[in-house]
Amino acid sequence: MSGSTLPTNNKAIKWFDERLPLLSLLRDSLVIYPAPRNLNYWWSFGSLAGFMLVAQLVTGIMLAMHYTPHVTLAFTSVEHIMRDVNYGWLLRYAHANGASMFFIVVYIHIFRGLYYGSYKAPREVLWWLGVIILLLMMATAFMGYVLPWGQMSYWGATVITNLFSAIPKLGEAIVTLLWGGPSVANPTLNRFYSLHYLLPFVIVGVVILHLWALHTSKSNNPLGIDIKGEQDMIPFHPYYTVKDLFGICVFLMFYAYWVFFNPNGLGEPDNYIEANILVTPQHIVPEWYFLPFYAILRAIPSKLFGVLAMISAIIVLFFLPWLDRSKVRSARFRPVYRQAFWIFAVDCVILGVVGANPPEGHWVLIGRLATLYYFTHFLVIVPVISIFEKTLPLPDSIAKAVLGGPAKH
Amino acid sequence: MTKMRALFAGAAVALSLGAVPLAALQPARAAEGIAPPALEWPQAGPFGVFDRPALQRGYQVYKEVCAACHSMRLLSYRNLQDIGFSEDQVKAIAAQDQVAVIDDNGDAATRPGLPSDPFHSPFPNENAARASNGGALPPDLSLMAKARKDGTNYLAALLTGFSEPPADVKMADGKYYNEYFPGHQIGMPPPLTADQVTYEDGTAATVPQMAHDVATFLSWAAEPKLEERKRLGLKVMAFLAVLSVLTYLCYRRVRRRVQGH
Repeated sequence: MSGSTLPTNNKAIKWFDERLPLLSLLRDSLVIYPAPRNLNYWWSFGSLAGFMLVAQLVTGIMLAMHYTPHVTLAFTSVEHIMRDVNYGWLLRYAHANGASMFFIVVYIHIFRGLYYGSYKAPREVLWWLGVIILLLMMATAFMGYVLPWGQMSYWGATVITNLFSAIPKLGEAIVTLLWGGPSVANPTLNRFYSLHYLLPFVIVGVVILHLWALHTSKSNNPLGIDIKGEQDMIPFHPYYTVKDLFGICVFLMFYAYWVFFNPNGLGEPDNYIEANILVTPQHIVPEWYFLPFYAILRAIPSKLFGVLAMISAIIVLFFLPWLDRSKVRSARFRPVYRQAFWIFAVDCVILGVVGANPPEGHWVLIGRLATLYYFTHFLVIVPVISIFEKTLPLPDSIAKAVLGGPAKH
Repeated sequence: MTKMRALFAGAAVALSLGAVPLAALQPARAAEGIAPPALEWPQAGPFGVFDRPALQRGYQVYKEVCAACHSMRLLSYRNLQDIGFSEDQVKAIAAQDQVAVIDDNGDAATRPGLPSDPFHSPFPNENAARASNGGALPPDLSLMAKARKDGTNYLAALLTGFSEPPADVKMADGKYYNEYFPGHQIGMPPPLTADQVTYEDGTAATVPQMAHDVATFLSWAAEPKLEERKRLGLKVMAFLAVLSVLTYLCYRRVRRRVQGH
């Protein structure tokens, strides 16, 4: 972090900024941050993810003022929020659907990175931090889903925490630690509530590192070529603040559709039944954003290896910068990789559908093939393509590609 | 290179064949009962509002029929003002209930119900409820319309779905055949018979009419803020639509300063 760079004549602001260059820092990262001039709308999903994080924090903190984390009261306190708290229904529906919106935005953000090669040098650490944020989001979302203490909360918590028992030797001890006792019960609910409140702030911390890494290596762009000079860049404000603001408005309409007109469309009816340890729901399914990973877990007929495969599905992302050896970043200039990307995207959707269905009949085979393809994509297809692919010629510079000639100003 | 393209084309075809069951996004749940017929509900859709007379008739059916076995512990008498009962009517309804209290001497006593009291529960506890119902527990109905897939249609269908079991179905003791109940064997006897209640507004109390009314009432009970939510939603959408246009025009105008956009 550098010193004061704020151009101001105000003596008080100058005095403060020389002692703590906070305003300089904010100006450097949100106003004058030089961004490539050719970012398309897929780049709006980064700031959208930041917006959703704040939305979840604000609604969540207000929900916490009315929620009671006790197994005998949790379910009723959520209904109290829905029925008696002023605009409580809005807070809860915005928060519950907000989790889905956050994942939609982040998944698009990740796939944008995959398409345009944003994980490649010099952005490997930026990519890693993103994967860490995804892992933290998953943990937070899972624990948040347990809090209403409905049937799916309870049984989802039981199934997922039980996965840790697959770990040799330490498994049982870890599960007991997660539960805070011999089964999912009040101590489990209490620690999940505590951690569900804590982890979002950890996410905020990693997001700050993510932005720091971004502003160090600068944004990638749809051409995937480096910024070569002033003519390739425009300041973040107003050019991208206004663009992202438009993106947020459009996305908010999508979000509002779910909150106001279909608030339970992404949820399971079973979670409106209070948790009952004596009655197991017919199908225990996680929220939609976990379904591809759930499919990978169930594709392997061994608990331990299923869990390992599910974890590996994320861990493999850490190695992607070295699995893909191609120096060309953007899929625009990689005709073969581009096809592999879309097949991979379809494969992820198939895994999601498999995860939503009971592991019976043809779903078992489809799930296994799709899981095999998921790992083949990262471990075989991407490395092989990156070695043999004949890429298209890259433009000389962003400015030249965008303006069709040397920059005129 | 061309070989590779062919390989990918092949893989794409194989995967899109795998994607055919995409249409089956909804998990197969045949074992759980037949999908209920989709009825017309005035509360459906972005402009939906509840049918007030149907809500009040539905409450009458709940009170005179369902409430003999089913609690609605998340509702209070005061909530009935939302479905068109006046304050005095609500007071009178609440006063019919006797609420257990501890009096000033520390003795068990009762007092007439108040609008702030929760709905009267038919049984003091789960054991009593099971003992009176052949071991089956009549579920609480507060959230029933949201706790089942396509809940409002399901409730209307369930209440009219009783029939003689098909010849090949062997019924368990004390169970009744219902087309729409998961597994088809339900512990609840057919609860509605024609003219079981006398509607004040003169509506003929047929079984489908009563089922429709009580399903409407339960739909409101599960989602009492539905109307407020949709009203606010329309305003939010209109606001965001205008704001989106304005921010887009802003964006175009600002971007005119830099070429290439």
